[in-house]
Amino acid sequence: MRYLPKSPADREAMLKSMGARSIDDLFKSIPAEYRLNRDLKVPRQMAESEIVDWFRERSRENGDGHATFLGAGAYHHYRPVIIDSLIARGEFLTAYTPYQAEISQGTLQSIFEFQTMICELTGMEVANASMYDGSTAAAEAVMMAVRLTGRRSVAVARSVHPEYREVLATYAFHQSMPLATLPFGESGRLDLDAVEKAITSDTACVLIQSPNFFGCIEDVEALAEIAHGKGAMLVVSIAEAISLGIVEPPRSADIIAMEAQSFGVPLTFGGPYCGVIATREAFVRQMPGRLVGQTVDRNGKRGFVLTLATREQHIRREKATSNICTNQALIALMANIFMTIYGKVGLKELAKQNLAKTAYAAQQFGKHASVLFDGAPRFNEFVVRTTEHPHAINSRLLGHKIVGGFPLQKFYPELGNASLWCCTELTTRSMIDTAVGVVAESERSDSVAGDEANMEEVAK
Amino acid sequence: MSKHMTRKATRNVSQNEGLIFEKSSPGKAAWKLPPLDVPEVDTAKLLGKSERKNLGEMPEVSEIEIIRHFTRLSTWNYAIDLGMYPLGSCTMKYNPRVNEVVSRLDGIANGHPYQPEKISQGALRIIKTLSECLTEITGMDAITLQPAAGAHGELTGLLMVRAHHDSKGKQRKKVLIPDSAHGTNPATAAMVGYAIENLKSNSSGIVDTGVLEAQMTEEVAALMLTNPNTLGVFEQEIHKIADILHAKGGLLYMDGANMNALVGKVRPGDFGVDLMHLNLHKTFSTPHGGGGPGSGPVAIKKFLEPFLPKPVLISKSDGTLGFEYDRPQSIGRVRSFYGNFGMFVRALAYILANGPDGLRQTTEDAVLNANYIRKGLEGTFELPYKSPSMHEVVFSDKLQAKKGVRTMDIAKRLIDYGFHPYTTAFPLIVPGAMMIEPTESESKEEMDLFIEAMQSIAKEVEEDAEMVRSAPHSTRVSRLDETAAARNPVLRWKPQTESAKPKSEI
Repeated sequence: MRYLPKSPADREAMLKSMGARSIDDLFKSIPAEYRLNRDLKVPRQMAESEIVDWFRERSRENGDGHATFLGAGAYHHYRPVIIDSLIARGEFLTAYTPYQAEISQGTLQSIFEFQTMICELTGMEVANASMYDGSTAAAEAVMMAVRLTGRRSVAVARSVHPEYREVLATYAFHQSMPLATLPFGESGRLDLDAVEKAITSDTACVLIQSPNFFGCIEDVEALAEIAHGKGAMLVVSIAEAISLGIVEPPRSADIIAMEAQSFGVPLTFGGPYCGVIATREAFVRQMPGRLVGQTVDRNGKRGFVLTLATREQHIRREKATSNICTNQALIALMANIFMTIYGKVGLKELAKQNLAKTAYAAQQFGKHASVLFDGAPRFNEFVVRTTEHPHAINSRLLGHKIVGGFPLQKFYPELGNASLWCCTELTTRSMIDTAVGVVAESERSDSVAGDEANMEEVAK
Repeated sequence: MSKHMTRKATRNVSQNEGLIFEKSSPGKAAWKLPPLDVPEVDTAKLLGKSERKNLGEMPEVSEIEIIRHFTRLSTWNYAIDLGMYPLGSCTMKYNPRVNEVVSRLDGIANGHPYQPEKISQGALRIIKTLSECLTEITGMDAITLQPAAGAHGELTGLLMVRAHHDSKGKQRKKVLIPDSAHGTNPATAAMVGYAIENLKSNSSGIVDTGVLEAQMTEEVAALMLTNPNTLGVFEQEIHKIADILHAKGGLLYMDGANMNALVGKVRPGDFGVDLMHLNLHKTFSTPHGGGGPGSGPVAIKKFLEPFLPKPVLISKSDGTLGFEYDRPQSIGRVRSFYGNFGMFVRALAYILANGPDGLRQTTEDAVLNANYIRKGLEGTFELPYKSPSMHEVVFSDKLQAKKGVRTMDIAKRLIDYGFHPYTTAFPLIVPGAMMIEPTESESKEEMDLFIEAMQSIAKEVEEDAEMVRSAPHSTRVSRLDETAAARNPVLRWKPQTESAKPKSEI
């Protein structure tokens, strides 16, 4: 086996040195009746070239070469090449969690820079080293608000990513945390009156997403005022991190739970991504996850260490703020490098391109179908309602090697034949025009209801 | 300095590098966007008061500066690629490079989680193939790959335990956890709303079945057991343990952190385990990346299948693969989308590179290596439990503590010899623990150097204890003031005036 650095003679010499006759001697503590006396039924050992071929085949079966209008919590942005050349360095890739600070300063300093940039972008005072993803970050941020306020119930906007809400529901179920749902109004933004009414003296926090699942930017300040007025916290989830380049961050939030996937992390069919929690300094001791802090060594030289570990499971065990141990360090490094590349000016210009493409696309779609929630400011997503079922439209678009918008029927049946479209800097005008053409075609003809069963099958 | 010092490592020049913010100046840039092919927009008009005007202290630097910055930082890290990384229970094995290559193939890296199933068959096939391999390796019946890390797998598993007991109509109150367990176990049980009851191990460091029998009641939902346990010892009475639990309706949850000792030799499903998590970033070679990403699949017995997180992968009548969302008894979702898919790709590439023979040989080598180190250091360091070792061995600092040298000091001194430290101060049942897991990835030569280094340090403890206590002596920074870091947390960079800067700004 090519990963194993021992010759048969080495193995024999080692066994001999410990007085063992065969390797079986070392497995004697496993009762004989449980030992596996056959080969595992897994594929046979493959050569590297065969492995590459096998995965190339899978890659070809997986939408290779398609352009996409999908967003909905996972965004297709350009990844500068130096991200992969840097994270491929073995010293980053094959290092463990930086508990031994003296030989982990590279990882530690880079996390410190990551925390700093997340603070700058979100307007918060502290950020952690990462969470699993945006959904678990949101759930943990809510649990943090519960601990901080001593209140138990949570009001969740229906315009928060539906899967984030599902994860929160799973986490909340056994913590006796009642969840109330806040409706969105005509504009796609939260109905402020409904929010006001929903908050009780037991509401720990209001969880919103901005830009929300429909791409609309919420009135964060007004929401913060309402929540704070009733002694509740405002937790804001941000699923599209690029929005921070041009959209004012939710500075009046108490906790921000972010998904940083847009910062240079490949889509990879849904993960690994990079959650982050950012908050105010006053709340840091209730924060989950690792934190890197600056300190000095014995000679007064600047250095970095993992700090405030008394919040964490390896010290506090069942009293810890969370059970999280392994996080998404290497993905946070990708995001870190991405933020460094674009920086103060580039991130704004990049966000502007997203905004321009989306404005153009929404305008073009609007000529042939109805663009919902047109009144609210939006970033790079918008909802289009068509006469025809979105699956049928998408199925025709696939013929152009384009993946259309995300059909909303599953999560928001009341919106009818609506789908969520996303444009990024990678969306070309010709892609938009092609998609609009396909939608226009179907909206012109009235005889589209057609063979429902067939199109369901093709589009799924 | 000892004559052994230079056998593995030699001091060399290390580049200094400040924080990226200290290199920033207006007008530098590492980015370039293509010309806009749609009309420009008036952002103020589109966004109104939501428009952001200022990106604060975000850096402005050029591409070569970024390359040098991160390359210099990288050289300050130790890594598996540099040498043995004997952290116990962490399974720091070689991370094969073909794994990285296949995970970056276009259709895999750019696959969107919501793209139609029709054009997702490649990803679904990867999930299915890996699921089949892992259920076979564990001897279980079904699996979810959704959990993002080991602790997340524990959470998922215990949620399923709760759902199981709920379905039986009677909720249980507590989870038993041995005193040798990982810290994530109690933290997880608390998140699921269970009380934690400590289970004391016997003098051999394994579960005392008499004690278990006494503590096992119908209030107990499950026992969370690591096997081999954190001493590296196989729980020989595992089936009796399972029987005691099952007799009173409890479940046996196995923390699979130490699965590297078992793959291809014995299957948890065959010795009575009801559910368990795996760590793809330990046993299945996906890189630790400085702390993540991980992946913590949970493998289960058939009777727990209705409770799996949704969606569940299914084969459809037309032969294609798809996700099933209609799972009324499911615990729900534990993560968005389908989990850390990129780690599935890498783990599967590792399994394919090994095949059944390679997986077995890997386990045998991992156990051989741990026992070789045990043999090499027995006598030099105290071995608190004499039970046979599997893939890791736990010594203690008892002999060295007499000279005032503790496990952490010895660990730090190892750095000077060119090694990463072993795990210190864990498991909690061994005061001054030195937990060593070499994995299969170490050659005999590398381990001989390690044994020699440890023996040399033991001599140094006798001759110059203070020198060991103040180690490391060869790193960029000496021991860092962790107390100050926690007392006055500085968790981000801020622009400073010259006088406020630390003495040595490098």
